[in-house]
Amino acid sequence: MGPAAVTEPHIAAVREHYRQELEAARAAGLLREERFIHSPQAAEIEVEFPAGAAPRRVVNMCSNNYLGLSSHPEVIAAARAGLDARGYGLSSVRFICGTQDIHRELEERLTAFLGTEATLLFPSCMDANAGVFEALFGEPDVLIADRLVHASIVDGMRLCKAMQDTFKHSDMAHLEEKLIEHRDRRFRVVVTDGVFSMDGDLAKLDEIVALAERHGALVFVDDSHATGFMGRTGRGTHEQKGVFGKIDLITTTLGKALGGASGGCVSGRAELVAMCRQRARPYLFSNTVPPVIVAGALKVLELIGRTTERRDALERNTLYWRRLLTEAGFDIKPGESPIVPVMLYNAKLAQDVARDLFAEGIYVVGFFFPVVAKGLARIRTQLSAAHETRHLECAIEAFVKVGRKYDILGKDKKAILEAYGA
Amino acid sequence: MDELNRVIREYIVKEYQEEGDDHEILDTTPLISGGIVDSFSMVSLKRFLEKKYAIRIPDAEATPDAFDTVERIAALVTRIRGAAHA
Repeated sequence: MGPAAVTEPHIAAVREHYRQELEAARAAGLLREERFIHSPQAAEIEVEFPAGAAPRRVVNMCSNNYLGLSSHPEVIAAARAGLDARGYGLSSVRFICGTQDIHRELEERLTAFLGTEATLLFPSCMDANAGVFEALFGEPDVLIADRLVHASIVDGMRLCKAMQDTFKHSDMAHLEEKLIEHRDRRFRVVVTDGVFSMDGDLAKLDEIVALAERHGALVFVDDSHATGFMGRTGRGTHEQKGVFGKIDLITTTLGKALGGASGGCVSGRAELVAMCRQRARPYLFSNTVPPVIVAGALKVLELIGRTTERRDALERNTLYWRRLLTEAGFDIKPGESPIVPVMLYNAKLAQDVARDLFAEGIYVVGFFFPVVAKGLARIRTQLSAAHETRHLECAIEAFVKVGRKYDILGKDKKAILEAYGA
Repeated sequence: MDELNRVIREYIVKEYQEEGDDHEILDTTPLISGGIVDSFSMVSLKRFLEKKYAIRIPDAEATPDAFDTVERIAALVTRIRGAAHA
């Protein structure tokens, strides 16, 4: 027997309030809907969309499975072995009875991989970002963030009592102005993403580190969209930009290139990480990362430590895909990361193009305000080492077909906006 | 008031607009709801006004709504300055 129907007026009022909000979002075309996937994560997946439709096999161009390790047989086998050896869950936070030897081992391995002094695991990088600022900084300090940092950093900064300021995206002159303006603060912390998730461009970490050294500031980097593949050996944006070992605080995730399950960490100067272990609330008050994920992540680090084959394949795919889109006449954000935004500017156009691409067997998603700024709607394509040439050739064929339909090939921002509006 | 509006407009253009940005900032241009200034970056404007006019804008009054246009920001600053001098 199901629950009795709730008829109290206050519940009805709340229901009605949210019903109207959801309906307004639906009417504006802004309602987020999940697509149900009937297969493991891979370059080709089976997607049920719309809900109830028969699943279709499509090329996946929108996952964070950068290294193609999410369903790698060795990772699955290691996770299974971890499950057998250390159990399903620990029913505890870390500091009571939730820390196993493999948690210590993973933290040590991440420290070596990221080129830092210590690491602390969190249930996710969102949690790491939610905990790190409040644990370490307070009223005498200032956090100076790039304006395009990830939402989880914005949320984490809001939980912290330090003064907060921002600098124009990747504008080093503006950052320096802010460092000077706040010179009377106890600690100044420059906060940035390594690779910016919506634009796919890299932070100028070499210049940021130089400025921070000159002005006596700390550097914080969320490298979630870089760990495992940016840089010659995949250590991250700091390796790519020649400042490996010089970042004071790094947060990153196990939920993207490093197997894609979940989990994140804070890694950096030993005392800062030690203080997070004492004070970071998502670490203190949420469950430990499950053994199955720890075991899988250890295998991922072993695999990518053994060879750079996967990050090299990802780099080749990225260059190839960027060249295909450019030659076809699409307006893309330039860069070197496997995040390749195809700019469409108009929100409805982005959704229409994504829908038509799905019909052609290519799975991408349109992004628009408030996820990106107004008038900068786009389709974010993401490469994976798991993509084969045939996937990318099939994808470009579909992009060109749909691009012709909407007459956007060879058109720049001005021309697209004239045709479709902002 | 005109002078105050001009100072706010100039700060917004310098602090928030990127090179090549073609948004014209008028007194009634929606700044936050229009996506020109995000609420996260609004703090620098608040601090600029507090320093420039030697006032304290209570956090409860520094809402995205109160900071959404030059006109509203100027009205808020004028009211707080008036109260301080009353």
